[in-house]
Amino acid sequence: MEAVLFFLAAIGALGGAVGVVALRNPFFSVLALIVHLFSLSVLFLLLASAFVAAAQVVVYAGAVMVLYVFVVAYVGSDQESAWEPIPGQQFLAPLLGAALFIELSVAVLSSSLIALGTDGPHVGRGFGNPAAIGHLLLEDFLLPFEASSILLLLAAVGAVVLAGRRKEEGEAA
Amino acid sequence: MSATVWAWLVLLFPLLGSIVIGLSFKVVPAKAAGVIGTAAIALAFACGIGALISLLGESPEARHHASSLWDYASAAGLDIKLGIFVDPLSIFMVLIVTGVSTLIHLYSFGYMQSDEGYHRFFSYLNFFVFSMLLLVLAGNFVLLIVGWAFVGFASYALVSFWYRRTTATRAGMKAFVINVVGDIGLTLAAFLIFRELGTFEYSEVFAKAPHVFHTNEWSVTAICLLLLVGAFAKSAQLPFHTWLPDAMEGPTPVSSLIHAATMVTAGVYLIARTHVLFVLAPTAADIAAFVGLATLLVAGTIALVMTDLKRAIAYSTMSQIGYMIMGVSIGAYSAGMFHLMTHAFFKALLFMAAGSIIAAMANNQNIDDMKGFGKAMRFTSITMLCGGLALAAFPGTSGFFSKDEILAYATARGGMYEIFTVLGYFGALLTAIYTFRLIFRVLPGKPCAEAQELIDTGHVHHAHPFNPATGEEEDTDVGFPGADHHIAEQSWPMRVAMGVLAFLALFAGLVQVPGVDETITHFLDPVFADSPLAAIQPSVAASWAGLAIGAAISLAGIGIAYWLYIARPETPAALIRRFRPLHTFLVNKWYFDELIDILVVKPALAIGRFADRTFERFVVGGLITGTEDVVGGTGRIVRIVQSGFLRSYALLLVAGFAGLGLYFLLSST
Amino acid sequence: MSIEWYIVLSSLLFAVGATGILIRRSPMVILLCLELMLNAGNLALVAFSRMVGNQQGQVFAIVVMVIAACEVVIGLGLIVALFRRKLPLNVDDLRELRG
Repeated sequence: MEAVLFFLAAIGALGGAVGVVALRNPFFSVLALIVHLFSLSVLFLLLASAFVAAAQVVVYAGAVMVLYVFVVAYVGSDQESAWEPIPGQQFLAPLLGAALFIELSVAVLSSSLIALGTDGPHVGRGFGNPAAIGHLLLEDFLLPFEASSILLLLAAVGAVVLAGRRKEEGEAA
Repeated sequence: MSATVWAWLVLLFPLLGSIVIGLSFKVVPAKAAGVIGTAAIALAFACGIGALISLLGESPEARHHASSLWDYASAAGLDIKLGIFVDPLSIFMVLIVTGVSTLIHLYSFGYMQSDEGYHRFFSYLNFFVFSMLLLVLAGNFVLLIVGWAFVGFASYALVSFWYRRTTATRAGMKAFVINVVGDIGLTLAAFLIFRELGTFEYSEVFAKAPHVFHTNEWSVTAICLLLLVGAFAKSAQLPFHTWLPDAMEGPTPVSSLIHAATMVTAGVYLIARTHVLFVLAPTAADIAAFVGLATLLVAGTIALVMTDLKRAIAYSTMSQIGYMIMGVSIGAYSAGMFHLMTHAFFKALLFMAAGSIIAAMANNQNIDDMKGFGKAMRFTSITMLCGGLALAAFPGTSGFFSKDEILAYATARGGMYEIFTVLGYFGALLTAIYTFRLIFRVLPGKPCAEAQELIDTGHVHHAHPFNPATGEEEDTDVGFPGADHHIAEQSWPMRVAMGVLAFLALFAGLVQVPGVDETITHFLDPVFADSPLAAIQPSVAASWAGLAIGAAISLAGIGIAYWLYIARPETPAALIRRFRPLHTFLVNKWYFDELIDILVVKPALAIGRFADRTFERFVVGGLITGTEDVVGGTGRIVRIVQSGFLRSYALLLVAGFAGLGLYFLLSST
Repeated sequence: MSIEWYIVLSSLLFAVGATGILIRRSPMVILLCLELMLNAGNLALVAFSRMVGNQQGQVFAIVVMVIAACEVVIGLGLIVALFRRKLPLNVDDLRELRG
């Protein structure tokens, strides 16, 4: 059962990823990414991390992707031109991507880390649920938690400054 | 005060004088500069006397002191101090140098009064005296080389004193370059000494040398030959002598001080000082003696035909120094030093008199144009006659006792050295002839135009300033020899200086009469006591026999000159006609200048031209342009990476990461 | 499924994301591919957290999500600013930083 779910989610994730890269229209790429995110969420559930899965759906697919949709709608989705100004890029890029994948897989599969070949230790029912994560966030990882909230504040302010209209410039480029 | 303190003061005063005059030239009036300069040297002379008295108060064996102010370098086996060595020889030289210098400064005070470069002259002259004193007082070879080099520089500065004259600057350069060749020899000798003996200090070197070196071993012979290179270049002996006649471009006081009395005797001093080494290398000493003899004769023959007054006296100097070199090389140390002393007196005097006459002739130095100054310039003529008598070794004068003492010693040494005696007497004959040739041509007879002008009006003749050698107009801003210089009759400092020297030239020989007093030999004995050659002394009878022969030769020479130039004045022209090739050979100074030009100057210039046209342009220039091209090319290639394309940067990033990953994967198998 | 599967999948997704960045020219899509890579990282983190048995990896993944969100905000802000100034939305045409 678990294997079936895994493969379904894996295919979804991979398909979404390939779709992001391959689809010409940016709007369709955004949609493909949403599919990918949902599939990842399923994979997270399979890995006994319920809270992360939920956060993935709510935060990522919910908030971040909505942002993307808004911007794509505002900017408009233009097709990219076909001509490649950098010689060799279209040829080398997939090659290097493949090389990257192969290397990482080889590194993982031939690793002497025996635990990789198992399903992981037996974990209780409360593994990965909000209470457990909450405990960790507010006790062991309080500092990163607070720091990331400041980071969010900075990002918000930055975005407003970047994208805001300037009185002296107006719409002129 | 101890002798070494006096010696330090001797060094201090001329240096101070030079600096003070040099720095204050805008502030201090001309006359004051002359007073400061003369006073500085006079003070140095007084301190020299102080040192002498202090030395005489000690026993003869203890009369050598070394004193140092500080260490120059003290590392890795080197121990070089700023140190002086005070012993009878150095004090003897100090007294001669400071004494004659004081008189010459006094003379310059009058002679150079209207010259534009008055301050510069006295500053340089004081610096020269300081350098010469440093040379003779040096206690180690390094300081000797320092003094040697300074003296060379001072000579250059003073010979090219009138620096807008091309002949003067060329002569200065020639003097300096040939002196530098000598410096090289001296420096190499110092290196060898250090290598063999491990020290530069005189006392240690001379103590160790007899134990380290065997007689005529190649190392000590090499050292001595290199020392001789230095000595010959400085003392204008063959083949390094060509600079001395040209150095007459300098003002007359310079010729009289540097090129008669002091600097050119530095070579003689050097050989006397390092006599321990020369005793160990008899071959080198013999070579030195033969070179001295050769110079003596060559210079003597050239002086017979010279028509330039100062140059004739310069060749005479060269010849007399040949005597001195011969003397100290064969072992007649005190005789050689005695001749050094008397020569300083009468040669300086002769130059002073020549300066006076040339001033009267408004820059014309050609004796063909000079006649009858005996009537026009009484004082100058009398002093010139005194100097000439001493030079010709007229019986009773100082030159008589000193020159013949050297020749008597040569006889006493016997064997091969008899050659020196015979040829030395021949040289003495030549000396007498050429000296009185000059005197009989310039002084007696019907006065020439300039002399007549002096008699009639009392004014010195003024000519349009131009350089007779090149024909170019003189630059009166800087000064030039001739009309603006003073004659003795009109300048009391000149008369005082010349008078004192005339007295000394006539009577100074009486301190060293064989069998009677011999003060100089006794004074210098402790210095030369370690040489076996000093023990060979001619007997009193032999000395007097030698003196008698010398007297005869001197009178014969004067007689011949009288016959040639006064009794039968048409004879010289006839002789020249008869022996024209020989005359041309002598007038061209035995073609030494041309020889050196072909052997040394032209190849050096050719190398320079090659270096400039080929090496500099292609090799060095090519190297630089090549490096520039390489750098530029590399830059051009590397710049391609900076395209601005985000994606190519990302590609490089990923490629690099892939490469690294591959490396780590492979290295972990 | 053993943990290896998840890790290999994660590296595959990462490689796809990297290729996407190298190939696509629109800044929008490049940002999306960046998201892909970040998510692949998240997947690996969570998988390892499961392998080790504690939840620290999951907390790490949450923080990564926060950072991804911030980065997207800024990136999209940039794109909007570019669009406002009528500049071409093409990374090949935006290359003033060059030698």
